[in-house]
Amino acid sequence: MRKVSAVVCPVCGCCCDDIEVIVDGNTIVDVVNACALGASKFLNYNKHRQRRPMVRKGGRLVETSLEEAVRRSAEILVEASYPILYGWSSTSCEAIRVGLELAEEVGGVIDNTSTICHGPSVLAVQDVGLSGCTLGQIRHRADLIIYWGCNPWSAHPRHMERYTALTEGRFQRSLWRRLLLRFYTDSMRKKMLRVAELSLIKRLLDRIKAGRAEEASYTLRREERKVVVVDVRRTRTADLADYFLRVEPGKDYEVLQALRALIRDEELDVDEVGGIPVESLEELADLMIGCRLGIIFFGVGLTMSEGKIRNIDAAISLTRDLNRYTKFLIMPMRGHFNVTGANIVSTWQTGYPYAVDFSQGYPRYNPGETSVVDILLRGDSDAALVIASDPVATFPRAAVKSLVENPLIVITPDVTPTSLMADVVLPSTFVGIETAGTTYRMDHVPLPLKGVVEPPEGCLPDEELLKMILREVRAIKGEAAASTALVKA
Amino acid sequence: MDTLKVSLLTGRTVNQGKWKELGKLSREYMESVAVCEMDPQDMRRVGLREGRNVKVTTRFGSVVVKAVKSKRGPHPGKVFIPYGPWSNIVVDPETDGTGMPSLKGVEATVEPTEEPVMSLEKILMRCYGGRSLGGEERTDA
Repeated sequence: MRKVSAVVCPVCGCCCDDIEVIVDGNTIVDVVNACALGASKFLNYNKHRQRRPMVRKGGRLVETSLEEAVRRSAEILVEASYPILYGWSSTSCEAIRVGLELAEEVGGVIDNTSTICHGPSVLAVQDVGLSGCTLGQIRHRADLIIYWGCNPWSAHPRHMERYTALTEGRFQRSLWRRLLLRFYTDSMRKKMLRVAELSLIKRLLDRIKAGRAEEASYTLRREERKVVVVDVRRTRTADLADYFLRVEPGKDYEVLQALRALIRDEELDVDEVGGIPVESLEELADLMIGCRLGIIFFGVGLTMSEGKIRNIDAAISLTRDLNRYTKFLIMPMRGHFNVTGANIVSTWQTGYPYAVDFSQGYPRYNPGETSVVDILLRGDSDAALVIASDPVATFPRAAVKSLVENPLIVITPDVTPTSLMADVVLPSTFVGIETAGTTYRMDHVPLPLKGVVEPPEGCLPDEELLKMILREVRAIKGEAAASTALVKA
Repeated sequence: MDTLKVSLLTGRTVNQGKWKELGKLSREYMESVAVCEMDPQDMRRVGLREGRNVKVTTRFGSVVVKAVKSKRGPHPGKVFIPYGPWSNIVVDPETDGTGMPSLKGVEATVEPTEEPVMSLEKILMRCYGGRSLGGEERTDA
């Protein structure tokens, strides 16, 4: 039995780097410090494994040799006139770099999962910039934390514990004592309410109910760190917040612009905006202006709902406006552990963060046209390579239909809905568990992923498989060029 | 049978995140994502009980999932389905030129149904069919 320390978790954009993995032989038997998502991955990753290369023959997926699967993949990519290479967010930066080379070689479109995650955020950042920072700054200094359209309790379970409200910073204290007190008083109040209802003591009932309304302000003492959640429904994160504002679905843009107006001291001639009373917005605006360092963490609640890019545009503009009065920052809550890395590697290699089209022989970027969902909806692509992703389980139906109509190559460590629909399946290793590499945390901090156990026989790292396909593609193109030259001679 | 107009939201949940790591073909994954969280009052309005099947229909398709009482209520007029192959059938693929489909705030109707919840294999064959899965011949279309 051995303990591997300081393992970086390969699940969400938090990339927690304090994970301890207990290994017996070549099996992970326990994991310490991980959240429910991280623990589930470390303990279950090997249960639905893709162990052999497969190709579709006569309508069925059958086992084959690695050489044949690589050869078939290369043939599909060379024969295609507009292939898409999609995924990349759950693999290492090293593999993404090879993927970009492959996309250029085959003249395809390379897109990563930010296209259906924070793609609109990237577009808005390109329009209006970003006032960013690392998560360490927030941990130690932020006294106002706003989660807008995101639910870290479910999607980034250790975000609050490691980086924001529930962490002990150098200049800011953790809120856990306050939260415990609140949960305790809430549960006591509920018990008393039940007793009062049973004993039909109306006066006692009214007093307890009135107490709940008065209690709301006790958390908002000026010197304490505060948490605000703005969302369309009361999530688990909202339960931990000092302030929860429920916005109507698709009305975030209006609320953000109303806040901008209030911050400029303008009066609003309405009673509510996007389902939120103007008094509550005024209170939030005061809180924002009055803080010493505030941050807005925003999630796909803003990028996926009506307004999309304009919602993010408004949120960043609000942050910019607030910097006239105090220090304010903004950060997207990135989903997959290396989606930020996918954007970064793509940018340093091609100049563009996602949706890069090599069909003209040089990188071209026009999300809405060169983004994978749009290409699929138009039916423009004629083959696809999917790596470290599962678009059949994540894309809208119309896009999936288009994806599976054409030859599909899948590089995956486990059996997924996409691998079941594939024409060629190449078994890979789990980056961060079986293979080392580099990942970028949501605040653009690079971290080293470790290989803590050996992969099963026959499963190769993404980077190696991509290099094999790239070599084969070049060989096929070389053969084709040689035979053309021979015919001409 | 009563039909209710709602706004459909999709998103992550802890269980969806946890069980997708176990495997998307697992029973636990299906039980965590083939569900529709509804406001208890809305459920009473259309005569739905916890655990009964509900048909969610949008202009992009319809899907049958299990109705569960939302613990995040009250949120009348809004239903929530976690990300997954079931919600994908009914979300809006339109990207409005941003590359991003509209996965939240889709207009929908919900109604009780006796139809069964499709398994993942059935979804793959019926919605995206034409291929056999895992080496097996396709038998229904």
